[in-house]
Amino acid sequence: MAAKPKSQRLVLAVLALVALGGAGVLAASALGDTSTYFYAPSDLASERPAAGRSIRLGGLVKEGSVSRSADGLTMRFTVTDMAHETPVSYTGLVPDLFREKQGVVATGSFGPDGRFQAKELLAKHDENYMPPEVAQALERSAGKGVAKAQTGA
Amino acid sequence: MIPELGHFALWMAAAASLLQVFSLAGRGLEKLALPAALAQAMFSLIAFAGLAWAFMVSDFSVQLVTVNSHTMKPELYKFTGVWANHEGSLLLWVLVLALAGAAVALVPCKLGKLFQARVLGVLGLVSLGFFAFLLLASNPFERMLPAPTEGQGLNPLLQDPGLAFHPPLLYVGYVGLSVAFAFAVAAMLEGKVGPLWAETVRPWILAAWSFLTLGIALGSYWAYYELGWGGWWFWDPVENAALMPWIAATALFHSVVVLAKRDALRNWTLLLAVLAFSLSMLGTFIVRSGLLTSVHAFAVDPTRGLFLIILLSLYVGGALGIYALKAGRVEEGEAFDPVSREGALVANNLLLSSMLGVVFIGTLYPMALEGVTGTQISVGPPYFNATVVPLLLLMVVLMAIGPWLSWRKSGTAHLAAKLMPAAIAAAAAAFLALAYFDVRSVIALLGFAAAFWLGVASVQILLKRAPNFATVGMALAHLGVAVSILGATASGALQREALVSMRVGDVIEVDGWEAELLDVRPVAGPNWTALQAELRISRGGSELAVVFPQARTFTRPEMETTEAGLKPLWRGDLYAVLGKPDGFGKWQIHFWFRPLIRLIWLGAFLMAIGGALAIAGKARVRLPTGGRAYPSAFGPQPAE
Repeated sequence: MAAKPKSQRLVLAVLALVALGGAGVLAASALGDTSTYFYAPSDLASERPAAGRSIRLGGLVKEGSVSRSADGLTMRFTVTDMAHETPVSYTGLVPDLFREKQGVVATGSFGPDGRFQAKELLAKHDENYMPPEVAQALERSAGKGVAKAQTGA
Repeated sequence: MIPELGHFALWMAAAASLLQVFSLAGRGLEKLALPAALAQAMFSLIAFAGLAWAFMVSDFSVQLVTVNSHTMKPELYKFTGVWANHEGSLLLWVLVLALAGAAVALVPCKLGKLFQARVLGVLGLVSLGFFAFLLLASNPFERMLPAPTEGQGLNPLLQDPGLAFHPPLLYVGYVGLSVAFAFAVAAMLEGKVGPLWAETVRPWILAAWSFLTLGIALGSYWAYYELGWGGWWFWDPVENAALMPWIAATALFHSVVVLAKRDALRNWTLLLAVLAFSLSMLGTFIVRSGLLTSVHAFAVDPTRGLFLIILLSLYVGGALGIYALKAGRVEEGEAFDPVSREGALVANNLLLSSMLGVVFIGTLYPMALEGVTGTQISVGPPYFNATVVPLLLLMVVLMAIGPWLSWRKSGTAHLAAKLMPAAIAAAAAAFLALAYFDVRSVIALLGFAAAFWLGVASVQILLKRAPNFATVGMALAHLGVAVSILGATASGALQREALVSMRVGDVIEVDGWEAELLDVRPVAGPNWTALQAELRISRGGSELAVVFPQARTFTRPEMETTEAGLKPLWRGDLYAVLGKPDGFGKWQIHFWFRPLIRLIWLGAFLMAIGGALAIAGKARVRLPTGGRAYPSAFGPQPAE
């Protein structure tokens, strides 16, 4: 049976609110489970996330720190924000723009052995570009007077 | 000289758009609308041609050309380079908007001259903001003296046919939504919201939606073959910026159908038109403001960011303000039963709105959080998969049922028989995936079932006798959704991959696929050199393909990129990427078999075709067997 127009408008409005509320609840619960926080090596020095928790680690690739394991697939390098350093392992193809002394953002988690295992590396997209998080992290560590930030370009 | 002419034309176009705004006032000023719209289109075209000329002849006294082009760049990319940068892409945006304005002005409007003038006035207001932004903060014709002898080149990732035509398609889509918005504002000002309005605006929304679909699909396809990760959708904020207007447009043309057919959902449709436009503006803002870690973010100048924020808040605030003031006065539409076509379309709209909500939150929450607390988080595929996929599956269930319901009030007795084939196909697909292909993920099994459920139900509608274009378009677009879901599910759940370090002559084996590294050698292109691997792929002893993944180094600007070695087979894509050498004669190779992945884009193409066919509306499809085309049973056709 068709509802009267007046109450139908009300019903539709309530339904729309319920749908949006539902979307909000769904979004909030998923955000809690899946958000990946950004850390610079200095942040990790003061507060280390639980092993297995996915984070993004950003900074510069330390000069002379890149080495490869015997299988030819696993790479080790150190991420630095000029104040602190974090060693990283990564298995996979290295992005085109990954280079020493350049900005990098590694997504991954700390293994039980305490080493950062990267699942994905994001290097800068072109010559003039520095991931903004990395630029800020460098500024922060430089601002603390620990070391001078050096922009990779 | 020609760049100055272009610059002058840009000012003239801006002046024309101002005249167009005056036509909003009425009282005779509405006569300005047509000539102003035509002048705006003509001057925008001249300005764009001026910039294109500067790019084609490599006039390096124009700063934009110097920064983004190079004499050695292939001709095609000199031209597409016009919009592969901040200023040029905005110029293309206003050009498309101006051309759409001219089209609106030239097509007689059934809602009256004054209404048409109001639509053009709103469009003029939209373009005026962009002209101001171009002329005051992003002048594409800025000179650079003395002119350098050579340009800096274009980011090689953008030197690609897929990406070259991705922005124009999206812009046409965004502009179509701007037209829909202008119609909505004019309707609110004049209180003319009803079936006639819906019929008039419907072709614009469908065209916008079809172009957005193509643009998004092209971007996704580009990411797949060019970025070398084998992925096709990353839930990157830039992708979401285009996806959100698309979702809103999808909801919009479904609710417009209800308005056109049954004169219901008036307010809701107006709100969706406002939202779709606001989201396309927000998308432009997100992409262009430099807020993002992305290849799309051209503008990193804070003045421009501020300018864009002001523009965005004026547009969105103004649009929502008018809606808040006028919505209450829109009269209530017709009533309908919950179990009816309208009811199904309302459910569709609610689900799409929820989807829009979760994508919106996932995209903007990280930016808001960083702005407020400074905490940097990223929200990626796990979030979107957990929120969007369940909503999508729910929607697919309804999409198969909705078309079988009748308007106003529907019986349900016929549904079981109608949906039986789809239900059997869905169950069979899930069972086959589980038993034969050993798929264990519940989401993947549901994905297979959903694809066949919707696919079979849509084909059934296509096979009905003497359908009209709207129905065929709908069924084809729904079939496209099913095809895309099948591609996405299969390429994810049945994918095989191997990451190895191998010498020339080595063979790797993955699930029956054998890949032998035949050779790695240097090759050269027009503006790049590369290391190219030759990988022979066979299965069961017979050779299927030789692919040539490359690690390219472009010269201007100096940059390395990865070119995947790709071979599409009917059952899926072979995809190989060449990594770095280890220095001892071994090469990193990442090899994938991605079953049915092309269905993702084929499905999107079907959706776009469906949208385009639906524009023809209630005209009957003429059958090749001598069947006669029937004139519309519902009065004149909507003008295009």
